[in-house]
Amino acid sequence: MTNACLTFRDLTLGYNSHPAIHHLNGTIRKGALTAVVGANGSGKSTLMKGIVGVLKPMAGAVIRAPGVRAAYLPQQSELDRSFPARVVDLVSLGLWPRRGLLGRYAREDRDSVSQALMAVGLGGFEKRPIDTLSGGQLQRTLFARVLLQDAGLILLDEPFNAVDSKTVGDLIALIKRWHGEERTIMVVVHDLDLVRQNFPETLLLARQPVAWGETRETLKPENLLRARRFHEAWEENAPWCEPDNHDHTHAHDRDHHHGAGPRAA
Amino acid sequence: MDMFYGLFIAPFADFGFMQRALIGSLMLSLGACPVGVFLMLRRMSLSGDAMAHAILPGAAAGFLLYGLEILPMTIGGLIAGIIVALGAGAVSRFTIQREDASMAAFYLISFAIGVLMVSIRGSSVDLMHVLFGTVLALNNEALALIGGIVAVTLISLAIFWRALVAECLDPLFLRSVSRLGSPVHFIFLGLVVLNLVGGFQALGTLLSVGLMMLPAAAARFWTARVEPMCVLAVLIGFASCIAGLLLSYHASLPSGPAIILSAGVVYFASILFGTRGVLRARIIHHRHRTA
Repeated sequence: MTNACLTFRDLTLGYNSHPAIHHLNGTIRKGALTAVVGANGSGKSTLMKGIVGVLKPMAGAVIRAPGVRAAYLPQQSELDRSFPARVVDLVSLGLWPRRGLLGRYAREDRDSVSQALMAVGLGGFEKRPIDTLSGGQLQRTLFARVLLQDAGLILLDEPFNAVDSKTVGDLIALIKRWHGEERTIMVVVHDLDLVRQNFPETLLLARQPVAWGETRETLKPENLLRARRFHEAWEENAPWCEPDNHDHTHAHDRDHHHGAGPRAA
Repeated sequence: MDMFYGLFIAPFADFGFMQRALIGSLMLSLGACPVGVFLMLRRMSLSGDAMAHAILPGAAAGFLLYGLEILPMTIGGLIAGIIVALGAGAVSRFTIQREDASMAAFYLISFAIGVLMVSIRGSSVDLMHVLFGTVLALNNEALALIGGIVAVTLISLAIFWRALVAECLDPLFLRSVSRLGSPVHFIFLGLVVLNLVGGFQALGTLLSVGLMMLPAAAARFWTARVEPMCVLAVLIGFASCIAGLLLSYHASLPSGPAIILSAGVVYFASILFGTRGVLRARIIHHRHRTA
């Protein structure tokens, strides 16, 4: 697969030796727009963290195509809203990949910050202190920062939480614009109607992929039912995962993905 | 005019020790106050105090081995401070424990060792000397040391400014775009130790943290941006040093507490009259715009 943006190779991610993503294999095609769907605790956010690299794999690897930068909008931001910063300061952080630690911000950078704010409907908010923003405005500000990062791979973890329907529409339009620009996008979403309407591909997770491929196929009732039967809790004394033990699950997963592959490609 | 000269200029013009005290304390403000602003914004205001205690065993070791010499005490304090800062920082970064708890544990152990060391050999007068310092006895060697510390601090802040702001504002974001997060945190802790050590011969270990935190805490009431906040903190630091030294000269008060109390006065005035202070908030509370 030469056009893979992300390759998961036997990827296991988790916490305290309990997997949240278990032996994931497969690829995300360059330019794909994929929704990541699943119950609470099914490993969606964990997968995002693993791709960005803030969580190290317990086994296996995520391989990113060379030269592809990631922009990541986390579900639970560690943003300190009491920090004395203005909207423009927060959005300007998105210039990091371009300017790094020491590069000066040029006039064109300031212009692109204004344009990014305009694109999320926050034109003229530059000077507002961030502690005066509403939840939805803050979310749009963070979208503006993602926009500014100009990354080839965009990871959005539940970006529509606490956002009104008009704004969801605006943000979806923005995501579609990115899709048109051949960026690879993965979005964690809960609203299945939203997924059916806007996302060509879907990964349905329940610690392992239940289904992965074209959205209409993936979100078939039998798949959703299987995903719903997923047992969220850790088994404190679950047996250790042995290499043999998961070998056939591998093949199983691979089958799944290959089944979906030709349609996705 | 003569009275003005007598009150404000003459003490510095006539006495070499007052000049050195002024230069030393102003230089300290230049480095310590911006560091204090970031300590405050990172909610580590009390960590400064903890670090000031943590320095003691190193300073005491230097004192016991070489007597009241500035260089050994400074280097000792630096080593002790860095061990505690790195240890506490590492425990909080790589285990589940938060920084406040690990910092408390490390500094308490360090402080106990320091008290033990001083009590084995010295008298309580020596301990007082280490703890409270004296700005009026700064020699040229000490001034050079403070100058070096200030230069290192300002250069490091200038280089790592953007990363430091990002690490305070949105650490997860910084981790997603760069590996600088942890190094910047440790560099910052290093600067805290450096400035506390720089301050302890002038003001003592306990009061040097006052010059770091009080101007920063006061500046918070005047502005909602980081850059002006740092500048303002430095200016408040300057004013406190001048006022404190004059007070100490005219009223024969110990210089360290006089400087810190001057900063304390500015702090209370800022709470009341600052543009983001109490009175202002109450006045505009009753009026609002239409949108």
